[in-house]
Amino acid sequence: MDSQTDLDTANQPHQQASSISHSVEEAYQIAQTQGFALLDKAIDEQRLKNFLQDEQCGALATFEGLVRNHNNDSKVTRLTYYGYEKLAINQGKLIIEEAKRLFDIENAVAIHRIGALEIGDMAVWIGVSSKHRYPAFDACRWILDTIKADIPVWKQEYYQDEPSKWLSNNG
Amino acid sequence: MNITVLYFASLADKSHKGSEPLTLETGTSLTELYGSLQNRYQFRQQPAELRVAINDEFASWDEAIKDGDTIAFIPPVAGG
Repeated sequence: MDSQTDLDTANQPHQQASSISHSVEEAYQIAQTQGFALLDKAIDEQRLKNFLQDEQCGALATFEGLVRNHNNDSKVTRLTYYGYEKLAINQGKLIIEEAKRLFDIENAVAIHRIGALEIGDMAVWIGVSSKHRYPAFDACRWILDTIKADIPVWKQEYYQDEPSKWLSNNG
Repeated sequence: MNITVLYFASLADKSHKGSEPLTLETGTSLTELYGSLQNRYQFRQQPAELRVAINDEFASWDEAIKDGDTIAFIPPVAGG
């Protein structure tokens, strides 16, 4: 077998999990109607901000999760996120619904990107709109923490001088 | 019972599969199912380290498997 075939065979178990089954447009629709979606392209944060804009709201809190160039002492060169899309969308919907119960906010939306990412790319975007500032900050932080705990996304990190690793949010 | 099992991350690495159809005896539990897959594919994780999902929603390990279910064992997640 040549090396490309080897690579194809090696990649196959993860193929479905590194791209989304919906179109980009469908993914944004899902995020806007249910609160959360996965995307396998760069996230259009302006689109999401426009969606959250509301004349009743004095506050918009956003979070950008970015790929950084190190993990402890290891130099990260790139990474790949994989996701269980249907479970992620279902669980994300529950998270956003819960955020709206817990915090005095008007709306919230989050998107997590999957697939191959470079250093500096945006992996996750969260936005929360509320009438006043503290609920927006608090809800944004809570949504991030809960995404990290519950959304079925996995990260394989690649390094300059070491073999790649599957990471866990638990350490 | 005819089910589909989905594999992700390190479980997909070990099994070399993203999914597979399986036929189980009626009454097979999730723990028994994982046990046999763990033997077959040499998965390193014990059930305590995994969550389980049935039909695209998180489930508890003591839920019953039904004919037609899609089951996934969820390794520790790393999103956000």
